[in-house]
Amino acid sequence: MKLQGNHKRAVRRTLALAVASASVVGLSSMAQAQQTLNIVSWGGAYSMSQQEAYHEPWMEKTGDEIVNIDRSANALAGLRAQSQAGNVTWDLVDMLPADAMIACAEGLIEPLDHDELLADAPDGTPPSEDFVDGALGECFVASIVYSNIVAFNSEMFPEDNQPSTIKDVFDLENYPGQRALMRRPINNLEWALIADGVDRDDVYDMLETEEGIQRAFAKLDTIKDNVIWWEEGAQPPQLLADQEVAFASAYNGRIFDAMVSEDQPFEIIWDAQVFELDGWVVPTGKLDKVRDYLYFATDTQRLADQAQYISYGPARMSSSDMVSTHAEAGIDMMPHMPTYPPNFATAIQKDDEFWADYSDELSQRFDAWLAQ
Amino acid sequence: MSESPASPLTTADGVPLKVSLRRAVRRSKVKALLLVSPLLLFLIIAFVMPIFDMLWRSVDNPEVSAGLTRTVEALEGWDRQSLPDEHVFAALAADLQEGQEARNLGLLSSRLNYEQSGMRSAITRTARGLRTMEPPYKEALIEAHDNWGEVDTWKLIEREATPLTMSYYLMALDRQLTPDGEIVRAPENQRIHVNLFWRTFWMSGVITGLTLLLGYPIAFLLANLPLRHSNLLMILVLLPFWTSLLVRTTTWIAILQSQGVLNDVMVAIGVIADEARWQMIHNKTGTIVAMTHILLPFMILPLYSVMKTIPPSYMRAARSLGGRPFLCFRRVYFPLTIPGIAAGGILVFILSIGYYITPALVGGQSGRFITNYIAYHMQTSLNWGLAAAIASILLFVVIIFYLVFNRLIGVDKVKLG
Amino acid sequence: MAIPSYATRGERIWHYVFLGICALIFLFLVGPLLIIIPLSFNAQPYFTFSQKMLTLDPEGFSLRWYQDFFTSRAWLNAIKNSFIIGIASTILATVLGTIAALGLSSRNMPARGVIMALLISPMIVPLIISAAAMFFFFSKVNLAQTYLGVILAHTALGIPFVVITVTATLSSFDTTLIRAAHSLGANPTRTFFKVVLPLVTPGVVSGALFAFITSFDEVVVVLFIAGPEQRTMPIQMWSGIREQISPTILAVATMLVLLSMLMLTTLELLRRRGERMRGLTPG
Repeated sequence: MKLQGNHKRAVRRTLALAVASASVVGLSSMAQAQQTLNIVSWGGAYSMSQQEAYHEPWMEKTGDEIVNIDRSANALAGLRAQSQAGNVTWDLVDMLPADAMIACAEGLIEPLDHDELLADAPDGTPPSEDFVDGALGECFVASIVYSNIVAFNSEMFPEDNQPSTIKDVFDLENYPGQRALMRRPINNLEWALIADGVDRDDVYDMLETEEGIQRAFAKLDTIKDNVIWWEEGAQPPQLLADQEVAFASAYNGRIFDAMVSEDQPFEIIWDAQVFELDGWVVPTGKLDKVRDYLYFATDTQRLADQAQYISYGPARMSSSDMVSTHAEAGIDMMPHMPTYPPNFATAIQKDDEFWADYSDELSQRFDAWLAQ
Repeated sequence: MSESPASPLTTADGVPLKVSLRRAVRRSKVKALLLVSPLLLFLIIAFVMPIFDMLWRSVDNPEVSAGLTRTVEALEGWDRQSLPDEHVFAALAADLQEGQEARNLGLLSSRLNYEQSGMRSAITRTARGLRTMEPPYKEALIEAHDNWGEVDTWKLIEREATPLTMSYYLMALDRQLTPDGEIVRAPENQRIHVNLFWRTFWMSGVITGLTLLLGYPIAFLLANLPLRHSNLLMILVLLPFWTSLLVRTTTWIAILQSQGVLNDVMVAIGVIADEARWQMIHNKTGTIVAMTHILLPFMILPLYSVMKTIPPSYMRAARSLGGRPFLCFRRVYFPLTIPGIAAGGILVFILSIGYYITPALVGGQSGRFITNYIAYHMQTSLNWGLAAAIASILLFVVIIFYLVFNRLIGVDKVKLG
Repeated sequence: MAIPSYATRGERIWHYVFLGICALIFLFLVGPLLIIIPLSFNAQPYFTFSQKMLTLDPEGFSLRWYQDFFTSRAWLNAIKNSFIIGIASTILATVLGTIAALGLSSRNMPARGVIMALLISPMIVPLIISAAAMFFFFSKVNLAQTYLGVILAHTALGIPFVVITVTATLSSFDTTLIRAAHSLGANPTRTFFKVVLPLVTPGVVSGALFAFITSFDEVVVVLFIAGPEQRTMPIQMWSGIREQISPTILAVATMLVLLSMLMLTTLELLRRRGERMRGLTPG
């Protein structure tokens, strides 16, 4: 009942502000007293890109202070605990849409009226048309498109025999060496089926059947002895750089970062990339506090700016056209984006609903399989 | 009062001595209790209540009865054979409608999804479609999601409407309930926790054995050296004891990893080839080596305090009676140290089965303990009921060993440093 | 451990073999702690000795990881938090624990065994279980993610150590000394400050040291119940080791080893002082 009350209040507030019209939003940020925003994100290169593209300009503009909290990996647990305690200290949280769906259904985060809250594209296109498919959830607004890919260290294969498809990752004979994969069923099961010849459109239908799951695990069995399982996003680039492994699954931005800032000889296999969105949610009761920041941080320019620092595609179509070169290295960012057409040709969209239903069961099965 | 010799002794103010003594004892009892009570109160609030809260959470089952009030009520009197009637479906639609508006379907759908995969989307998808739904609800709901057309779904809802549930404990022991309420083992490919419990126990057993093997000679040496020397050597035992757990774990990473000190030395002196470095970390070996090192002082200290009390003359007497050294040791000295072995062994074992940090950092996949799964269910899968159930089982095991320890040695005999 | 004069030749050999084995075990105990000290001065970001270090070339050594540490806001903040939480919980645990120990050492303490078992239980219950339980409970009562919550949790964990050391000191306390003081004309206050306190202090201080190090070294509970503001040193190390292990951690580790040496020396001095005052001199 408490949730309901909050919800009603939030609706009332939304209405009141809607009346006050969007121009007030711009003014209010100047009139407002300076405040501290606790923003939860993923840490590492990703938080750096947000710092450069959103936080710094915002702090300069308003005098607010922004505190970065690297807790996105456990954001759902944190939100639950805080809401249970009635003491929500987070103001804005960067999380995955699958987690956002659960948090939204539990009433932990605010429903968002995107056309009301977010900026139009420079040409006047409303947000609901400007964001890519699936980017706007009931309580969620995406800022980036990122991708789970497999990368390899090009020094570990002869020049005339470099891997190029996801099948090669499962081919120990032609491409020997250790593989580093994430210690979770997500992505691995999809890749196993594709490497086994399943069409990418049928992957999730297959995984809903027992044969499909068995087929995926059977394929993973073929490389199981050569896999090192990682758990933290920072590990795969490290393992590749140390040549502890030849292949590693990773977030594409981390690999890009290692390629550009550390000059590592890594290559990304874009075949069968599993892409997904990532973006903002507002903990229940915090909408008024972060309204202006959210408007600012999701506009076309800011999303395009972020792409100068990390190779994640902006979630707005109007930003995609503005993606230019890397802020320091000066290289063209476009070919490194998951959404670049040649990279995107064989991409799979992660099915959040499937994983919301099956991740408990499949995680358990995956752990049992690992323990065998 | 007569002056007979049988008359009770009295104190100076005329109170019988017995009464006065009893009073004094009572006063001192009350005083002792008063002194202890602030701490007791503090621990009850900060420690005991949380533990009981956790035990409660492992059986607490409010989600279905609170989230599907009308449905549960309407299901009363259902024959459990065929699909329920329209009024049950209508009740479900009303419950979901209300839950959707209050935005609190999440806990309900997670709860049912633990029991049967697919229930999460059954609920969220149905709830989303409700707005356009028209009676009769039976057809409409089955249309929205197949699960509503299955008798087992309804049996599940009926079963989980009880305020208390065993299902977290069943999950923790790799068991599950059939729709008809029988307890069966989970499918083989989903059994995980029982194996982990056993692994935790046997690896802790190995660690306890190793600490005994390494700790016994050291304790013997310390107990038989003159104090001046043994005090110095004792510092070598206490230094690791006083050093941060994370520091000790870090050093083992530095030593054992494939680009680490030990492998480098082995390559340098030609024992192994550069390509064939030993994998000594992120597996069982890593956990066992690091934990043996960390827990060794806990074995040495109780052994030492027992050995200290064995007079050296016993061995000399045994020798003088003609016993061979080994026989004397086995028949005379060793039996006297058994209390120390028991104390150290139980202590190390209890500490070991509860370790989380070290297995998580150096254990990799095969060196994981059940504790790592408590953390996993707390932080990643968010199945807090299951986390609480696993923790409660582990707690139960620890308490049993603790009681044995207490009976054998007595906690108040524990010495530190 | 002298060799008895009647030892046979075989025994003599065994004696030296035994000493050799003990030396190896001592190496296993202490070696790992000592090895990280030179490693923390590595000029390279590796966890092993570089060629230059082995040849003692000064270029192979550097203080860069210490510099990293002392210029990092995250690390300095973590130290500050560790001290705030450690000191606050030590004071609380020491005061509560010492008062309770006075009661526990009374000969007329009722239900002594049960109460003692309860007071020691935070030491025996696995940390992960305490952490999970406190997380659930503290979230309900608004204590999760607060300094107070972490301090209360660490107080509970430190209490057994205070209770054990102080009751041990009190049990070896010779009560005739109090009577002696009385008979020599000291009033109770004077007796407490001049006789009881000096004898009990070493026990209380070492209990406090134990409580402090327990809090200072504690990861699991903080991991579960602390918020980002209460990030402590062990948490900083934990995430460092899990994510990207850099030699900065070795620098921290080295400083912590030195800290534990300091603590140990203090304790040893306290113990000797205690023994001297009770008239037992070390042999």
